[in-house]
Amino acid sequence: MMNVSNEAELVEAIRTANGPLRIMGGGTRGATGAEGAPLSVAGLNEISLYEPGALTIVAAAGTPISTIETALDAGGQRLAFEPMDYRALLGTTGEPTLGGAVASGASGPRRIVVGAVRDFCLGVRFVDGSGNIIKNGGRVMKNVTGYDLVKLMAGSRGTLGVLTEVALKVLPKPETEATLILHGLDIASAVQAMSAALGSPFEVTGVAHFPYSAGDDPATMIRLEGFEQSVRYRTGALKDLLGHYGEISIVEGVPSTTGWTRTRDVDMFADTPGDVWRISVRPSEAPAIIAQMGDGVRVTLDWGGGLIWALAPEGTDLRAALGPINGHATLVRASAATFAAIPALPPEPAPLAAISEGLRSRFDPRGLFSPRKVDA
Amino acid sequence: MEMPAPDARVMAKTARIVERLQSVLPADAVIHDPAETRAYECDALTAYRCPPLCAVLPASTEEVSAVMKICHEEGVPVVPRGSGTSLAGGALPTADCVILGVSRLTDVIETDYADRIIRVQTGRTNLSVTGAVEADGFFYAPDPSSQLACAIAGNIAMNSGGAHCLKYGVTTNNLMGVTMVQMDGTIVEIGGAHLDPSGLDLLGVICGSEGQLGVVTEATLRILPKPEGARPVLIGYDSNEVAGRVVSDIIKAGILPVAIEFMDRPCIEACEAFAKAGYPMCEALLIIEVEGSDAEIDHQLGLIKDIANRHDPVELREAADADEAARIWLGRKSAFGAMGQINDYMCLDGTIPVDQLPYVLRRIGEMSKEFGLEVANVFHAGDGNMHPLILYNANLPGQLELCEAFGAAILKLCVEVGGCLTGEHGVGIEKRDLMTDQYAEIDLEAQMRVKDVFDPSWLLNPAKVFPLASSAARRAAPAETGR
Repeated sequence: MMNVSNEAELVEAIRTANGPLRIMGGGTRGATGAEGAPLSVAGLNEISLYEPGALTIVAAAGTPISTIETALDAGGQRLAFEPMDYRALLGTTGEPTLGGAVASGASGPRRIVVGAVRDFCLGVRFVDGSGNIIKNGGRVMKNVTGYDLVKLMAGSRGTLGVLTEVALKVLPKPETEATLILHGLDIASAVQAMSAALGSPFEVTGVAHFPYSAGDDPATMIRLEGFEQSVRYRTGALKDLLGHYGEISIVEGVPSTTGWTRTRDVDMFADTPGDVWRISVRPSEAPAIIAQMGDGVRVTLDWGGGLIWALAPEGTDLRAALGPINGHATLVRASAATFAAIPALPPEPAPLAAISEGLRSRFDPRGLFSPRKVDA
Repeated sequence: MEMPAPDARVMAKTARIVERLQSVLPADAVIHDPAETRAYECDALTAYRCPPLCAVLPASTEEVSAVMKICHEEGVPVVPRGSGTSLAGGALPTADCVILGVSRLTDVIETDYADRIIRVQTGRTNLSVTGAVEADGFFYAPDPSSQLACAIAGNIAMNSGGAHCLKYGVTTNNLMGVTMVQMDGTIVEIGGAHLDPSGLDLLGVICGSEGQLGVVTEATLRILPKPEGARPVLIGYDSNEVAGRVVSDIIKAGILPVAIEFMDRPCIEACEAFAKAGYPMCEALLIIEVEGSDAEIDHQLGLIKDIANRHDPVELREAADADEAARIWLGRKSAFGAMGQINDYMCLDGTIPVDQLPYVLRRIGEMSKEFGLEVANVFHAGDGNMHPLILYNANLPGQLELCEAFGAAILKLCVEVGGCLTGEHGVGIEKRDLMTDQYAEIDLEAQMRVKDVFDPSWLLNPAKVFPLASSAARRAAPAETGR
């Protein structure tokens, strides 16, 4: 494994590479079919700026998410996009990094309300496939100076270049949180209830549904965050609004935060045999799409129904089984043999595939970086 | 501001180009009479004008595609135009271009409150998107001050913001999908009512690309439930430094107001003279608005007032009712009108790190004396987006150039302190030649590579965003491309 400890060394490693590179941060995404000489950027590890009054932090790409969260915590702030930790689900070790979270677009439950990783990225520095250091965006919250390559880099899985530094917008950490749990809803009613919560003025920040929780009792979770007095008021208001869906219980404190961490990390499917699919859909279409999956597939719903996590028997091509949907299905966990047979990412329509290929060939003319080669 | 000379090869076949466009559009949708094309000679950056070769007003995505295909084949530059409210010259024509106006694309295609989306044609105005859903308790969040007139197409092209984006984000954070026509007429669908792409975030780079990557004809937008209520508070200070510190303290205390507006003394004086909103005469005025139920608003404003009072305000006024709230906003909302009454003005749009505010305001004051031009500052303080308004007299020879030089100096200062040239108006032609102050050539090269992919012939809005010298080689393509 090659290690670089600064941007100049990374440039040198890329310029002198004579074959595909496998860029790694903390290595928590596992080697899902990845090839190439491993190149770790974990040595790029530094918070260069944190301005709580400006809601801004700037850090090198290899900085562990935990280091960033500790720094933010001291300022009463946090990463609002709630980056997913893949280790339990994928059975990997290592340390999730900022660059990995940004490159993989790993947004958690709060994404439905506050936005995705990309919405919090203010600026990037990266090294392209020719060894050029490129910067885009900056450290200020509003910036339309030239094209937004920051968004293009976020979620690009390292296919356009290797991130070296990211500037992020952060948000205040709320005083408290509470979770309403609706009991016993079927998927269609749960999606309706979640839409009603999201369509209310009560500012929910998480909406997830578990068809099989403890004792096979379906549970629909709705999170509220903010000042204590406000959370109390909104909990009551939401309970009134959703009362006709049946029994509602309320949890606070650690049981609430733990519930959302487990939702974020898809703990339900950790240590469970089977392939894991991540499917982004239009929320109102989730029930029909799930009905198509058949009995052997277990699901959980996040983002008010807009994100389906599915546990399918090994080797099942769930994407093919579903046919065309308004959305897309990504294979997240499977054996090497399955990844060899079923591409992790869905094929794009021809005109979009041509654009994406055009971008990749211009930013990475030698083909050093290709899909599925970035490990968070 | 220099623009490229019109392509003589295009000008020579004007008649044929108009004839071909007429063959795919209704007669009244192709405007080529010189008396009528003058309506399209500029946008809201009125200092620069040039009538286009012709203007077209297609009424469907298919008509847009047919127009683009012809222009591509003939090698004619296309300048897309929303409502023409750009302050940066984003829709400024050249004599050899076709202006493609989206003003006939105004339909609401779908509204879905369960999925909280609206799909519209992009000629629809920003405010009328909210108009289509507000009776049902929803709104579209980005609120540029031109929202009565500006089109969603222009909002997407410029990634427009507004006063409330501290909480709700700008256009790119509220845009979920588009139908876009590429320069060669290809129609592509990107995103939709689901979240996040599976591959590269093309939507993210299209938004804010100033009409240089494609013409967006339909858009799926996120709509949000209206808050239960909102209430502003007005706080005056005798020092910019102190007002800046208050903003920072509020944010550090974990409060996220929906808007924090900042006005300096020249701006307060001009607004007060114009709108008589009853503002105190002081160095710095903050308008801070919070949302929620009455009790939640009381609580948040209580915290804000505590912080404000620790810094000895000269005035602290909370709106007791809707009338008082409207009065607090009145002066701020009439700032541009107030300036227009005094003189011609140029509105800048640089963003700075919030902590640099006192220094930047002091430097602007010093520069104002050096250049001999007055300047008033109004500022989205929560996110650092400044709007210095430089007053000048367009009838005095040399004043426009002096004003532009002053503006450039302010924007360079914004970049120097860690900010950027434009927070929400876009580069257009106005800031095109300053791009090298913010970006190295390789950074601009990386952005131009993206245009190479979407528009290899560089026919879409070609003379904008990038310094002319940087893009010259790419723009020097032949006048016929795809035949």
